[in-house]
Amino acid sequence: MCLGIPGKVLEVREENGLLMGRVDFGGVRKDACLAYIPEIQAGDYVIVHVGFAISRLDEEEALSTLELLREIGAIDQELATMGPGMEAPAVLDDGAPRQAVDAPSRPLATA
Amino acid sequence: MKYIDEYRDARVARRLVAEIRRATTHPWTLMEICGGQTHTIVKQGIDEMLPDGVRMIHGPGCPVCVTPLEQVDKALAIAADPRVIFASYGDMLRVPGSTTDLLSLKARGADVRVVYSPLDAVRLAAATPDREVVFFAIGFETTAPANAMAVWQAAQLGLRNFSVLVSHVLVPPAMEAILSSPSNQVQAFLAAGHVCAVMGWQEYEPIAARYRVPIVVTGFEPLDLLEGILMAIGQLEEGRAEVENQYTRAVRRGGNQLARETVFRVFEVGDRTWRGIGMIPASGYRLKPAFAAFDAEERFQVADIETREHPACIAGAILQGTKTPLDCTAYGVLCTPRRPLGAPMVSSEGTCAAYHAAGRGLGPEPRPLKLLDDLQGGLGAGGPGAGS
Repeated sequence: MCLGIPGKVLEVREENGLLMGRVDFGGVRKDACLAYIPEIQAGDYVIVHVGFAISRLDEEEALSTLELLREIGAIDQELATMGPGMEAPAVLDDGAPRQAVDAPSRPLATA
Repeated sequence: MKYIDEYRDARVARRLVAEIRRATTHPWTLMEICGGQTHTIVKQGIDEMLPDGVRMIHGPGCPVCVTPLEQVDKALAIAADPRVIFASYGDMLRVPGSTTDLLSLKARGADVRVVYSPLDAVRLAAATPDREVVFFAIGFETTAPANAMAVWQAAQLGLRNFSVLVSHVLVPPAMEAILSSPSNQVQAFLAAGHVCAVMGWQEYEPIAARYRVPIVVTGFEPLDLLEGILMAIGQLEEGRAEVENQYTRAVRRGGNQLARETVFRVFEVGDRTWRGIGMIPASGYRLKPAFAAFDAEERFQVADIETREHPACIAGAILQGTKTPLDCTAYGVLCTPRRPLGAPMVSSEGTCAAYHAAGRGLGPEPRPLKLLDDLQGGLGAGGPGAGS
């Protein structure tokens, strides 16, 4: 529930006096309220928590975080709770072991 | 196009753990107060990677777990009202009240609906003017801007059938309650990254100074946590007690001012009871008098609630970090994720649920798969300066 995940803002619009946006989370697209980051533009990345953008991110770092979450499997659980219609089940961990993350062979970009 | 993320790079992780081991010359006790961080720490076994003597205590960082039993029972009473559509974040549905839970009520015909965003509850109210829509507004400071906006929007739209059952909790007063306890062992904190994305970190500076504790604003990925722990230990070893920011990609010192403006337009600080801990003064939000019309506790008669916790549940000690699930006689036996006795076993951010999902203390343990599964063996052979 408290997970905030990074997504890319595709478009910005106004709805009922609120700034809203279509946000892409690694291929899954959902709406989020952008009222708290009004300077946001399409192409920017934001952290979204319970349908609200609460912080802006650097694109490079955001994509990295998406990769990590996808690998751990958490993003699939979080995305399962999002979406219109809202009959999604609560996020539950069934205790199944997760795959260890593969170590990439590329050298580090930064310290 | 893929970015190789430094926050998942196992070579960076090994370097971080090696540096933590190099830097540590003294036993230290750290605490995180964030359910998301607890979950990652336990799932990835980060606490098991740390040098001997460095201990992570899991603080009361799961908002679902600390929602007071009184508020859960009020939610159940309201949800049972046939006029009501009761909307809630999904995690709250299986939290045990004194006698039942929201999911059981739903199974018996109560109109209980999971929403992802509080705005969905507002839309529901606008679309069903003949029903009362009540939203369970729980959370830490991270969620307050969303919950506040829902109330604000409802007011702007002139909705008369929307109300909220408020149960917000705040991190800094909990930190102070822990630090001022005579039995406190915590010497440094990892602060919750997304709480700080909203609130900034200014309010932690007087705490760091007054109690002489390092506080490191930390993210949620394994490498964020390792880096945050390294920074905290660095301060402890050097005798510093400052607020530092590890989660630089998302958090600035001033936080999100617009979000806070809406929060304080709708909410004000008040006393709050934390489940398992008790009343902490000025540790929660309540609706301001101007928004009393949206207060579900005023709209529905839900006084005279007698609460009762399950006698075997030690959630209070778990949330205060004085015991772990392994100390609990009911853990894994009477109390499981499918049949929880208390809140920390329900929420994905709860300590007991995290332990259970990682298989800790559940008998002959398959070694849980972790980010750095071969780490400890490799480091042991290398000694200081080894590794990348």
